[in-house]
Amino acid sequence: MEEMLKAQELSKTFKLSKKQQKLEKTTAKTKTAVDRLSFCAYRGEVFGLLGPNGAGKTTTLRMLATLIRPDAGDAVIEGSSIITDPNGVRSKIAFLTSELKLEEFFTPDYLFDFFSELHGVAPAERDERKRRLFDRFGVSDFAGVKVANLSTGMKQKVSLVISMVHDPQTIIFDEPTNGLDVITARVVTDFLQELKAEGRTIIVSTHIFSLIEKICDRVGIIVSGKMAVCDTLENLTAEKSLEDKFFDIYAEMEGKVL
Amino acid sequence: MSIRLITIMKKEFARFFGDKRMVFSTVLLPGLMIYVLYSFMGSAMADQFLTAADHVYEIHTVNLPDSLAQLKSQQDLAVTETDLADVESLKSQIEAQETELLVIFPEGFDEKVAAYDSLTSQEAAPQVEIYYNSVFTESGTAYDTICGVLEQYETSMANKFDVNADAEKRYDMATERDMTGQFFSMLLPMLLMSFLFSACLSIAPESIAGEKERGTIATLLVTPVKRSELAAGKILSLSVIGLLGGVSSFVGTMLAIPKMLGGATGGMDAGVYGGMDYVMTLLVILSTVLVIIGVISILSGVAKSVKEAGALATPLMIIVMVVGVTSMFGDGAPSATYLYLIPFYNSVQCLNGIFSFSALPVNLAVTIGCNIVYTMVMAAVLAKIFDSEKIMYI
Repeated sequence: MEEMLKAQELSKTFKLSKKQQKLEKTTAKTKTAVDRLSFCAYRGEVFGLLGPNGAGKTTTLRMLATLIRPDAGDAVIEGSSIITDPNGVRSKIAFLTSELKLEEFFTPDYLFDFFSELHGVAPAERDERKRRLFDRFGVSDFAGVKVANLSTGMKQKVSLVISMVHDPQTIIFDEPTNGLDVITARVVTDFLQELKAEGRTIIVSTHIFSLIEKICDRVGIIVSGKMAVCDTLENLTAEKSLEDKFFDIYAEMEGKVL
Repeated sequence: MSIRLITIMKKEFARFFGDKRMVFSTVLLPGLMIYVLYSFMGSAMADQFLTAADHVYEIHTVNLPDSLAQLKSQQDLAVTETDLADVESLKSQIEAQETELLVIFPEGFDEKVAAYDSLTSQEAAPQVEIYYNSVFTESGTAYDTICGVLEQYETSMANKFDVNADAEKRYDMATERDMTGQFFSMLLPMLLMSFLFSACLSIAPESIAGEKERGTIATLLVTPVKRSELAAGKILSLSVIGLLGGVSSFVGTMLAIPKMLGGATGGMDAGVYGGMDYVMTLLVILSTVLVIIGVISILSGVAKSVKEAGALATPLMIIVMVVGVTSMFGDGAPSATYLYLIPFYNSVQCLNGIFSFSALPVNLAVTIGCNIVYTMVMAAVLAKIFDSEKIMYI
């Protein structure tokens, strides 16, 4: 199996403000969001990061997407280090999250061309890819409509399409179905499975067990910034359901029973 | 220039020029507003200080001497002779703007004047009292007219010499060019600076703090675009747009100033400036816009929202305005080159120099060069801001 992504001992600590200290009920000046996290993802698989809110999933994915720098550790994606070659990483991955938005003033057509240019995609290749992706997601009819005037579902589809302008082999997706209605959520999960079938590597973060069970090949369970377990979905669910397994691990890690 | 930088600039232009309302409110409206407003101010001021050409002034006199009886035959004056008993009621009428002027001559004015010798007399000279109301335009004008007549009368009695009496001759050797230069160099630098600043302030926070607020800039940051390309692309394209807004205001001002001044100052005309002056002005304001956009971009990069960016830029705007006023004081543009290293001040003094025809090429070059260097430094700072996770994602 070809290793597409390898995260080694990734760590990230945030400074806490006075207000945050009060909220967290702590006197510590810093909070370790991600604590020496290591894992890898192979070509053609979906790797899921499972954990409760605040476990460090988003921080981990943001580090992988080079939006923030780890305090220690490194990750190598398709041969590019997030520390020494962030631009190389950016040209190889697609990063999707509900926090990254498209400028509402522009049309999907314009945005596709714009992001293609930023990624240095040749015009002929761009046009072919645009036609294919627009048709696949039913964006074609709305290609000339400003993003502001699209429905939430269509906006999500446009985001998916735009993230694929440079035909990335590694897709990092933070909370892929959060805030989506059932139909759009289905479009997203179908799309992820299609990408997997095409041999791409997908890393998703979520706290939804059913999503993991549906699309993931391997799962890393994160609790308080630490990797509690990292195994195949098959192994994890051999004895009991993923949900029960998760709570066993959670209780063990946090030293308390829910 | 790299392709990505051009792509970023193209997007900024597409964003701006694709929005007709934004183009109208940022580029067309400021020039139009200034033109309409200043023209209106000009005609309103003219109305304020002029009276109708056929107005007949109501003048009341006490003890009008024979030597000034000609006043009664003047067409624009309606002279009513009255006596001391009516003085108080006339004064209150003038105060109430019901009548225009009251002139009280001492009794036997002509004799007293003839008898008075300013060199030997122990007493005060005979005094004429004129009551008027300066707020009431007609009354003020009547006062000036009567004073003029009296002064002429006084001069005619003891004329030893005259000053500049030949109406045909031009005594003030200042040319129209010099007068226009002096006036424009005092006023325009401050106006231009504030136009440029407000034009930049209406676009830069929206493009940087706005994109940050809406989460669209993070989408750009996960593409392989270099932070420096993004910063330079933003600053350059916003500067072009800011320049358009500033130039529009400038054109509006140049067209409106002759109207604003009306005929009052006579022959002041923007036509005294040649193509070279306008080219220099354009170069200076372009370099100034770069600096302004640079500073506002950094503030917008640090700010969490468009609103905060606006609030952060307000003290800067006050500084720029105060610096703009420096062209009104002092004796023209300073010649010491080191002063042209100071941002904003250098622009104001360059404009001051250009409009008064005294700009030194070396100072212009220093200003433009410095401003470009400052902008490059600020673009580097903005790139750092785009790369700073603490500032970008909170």
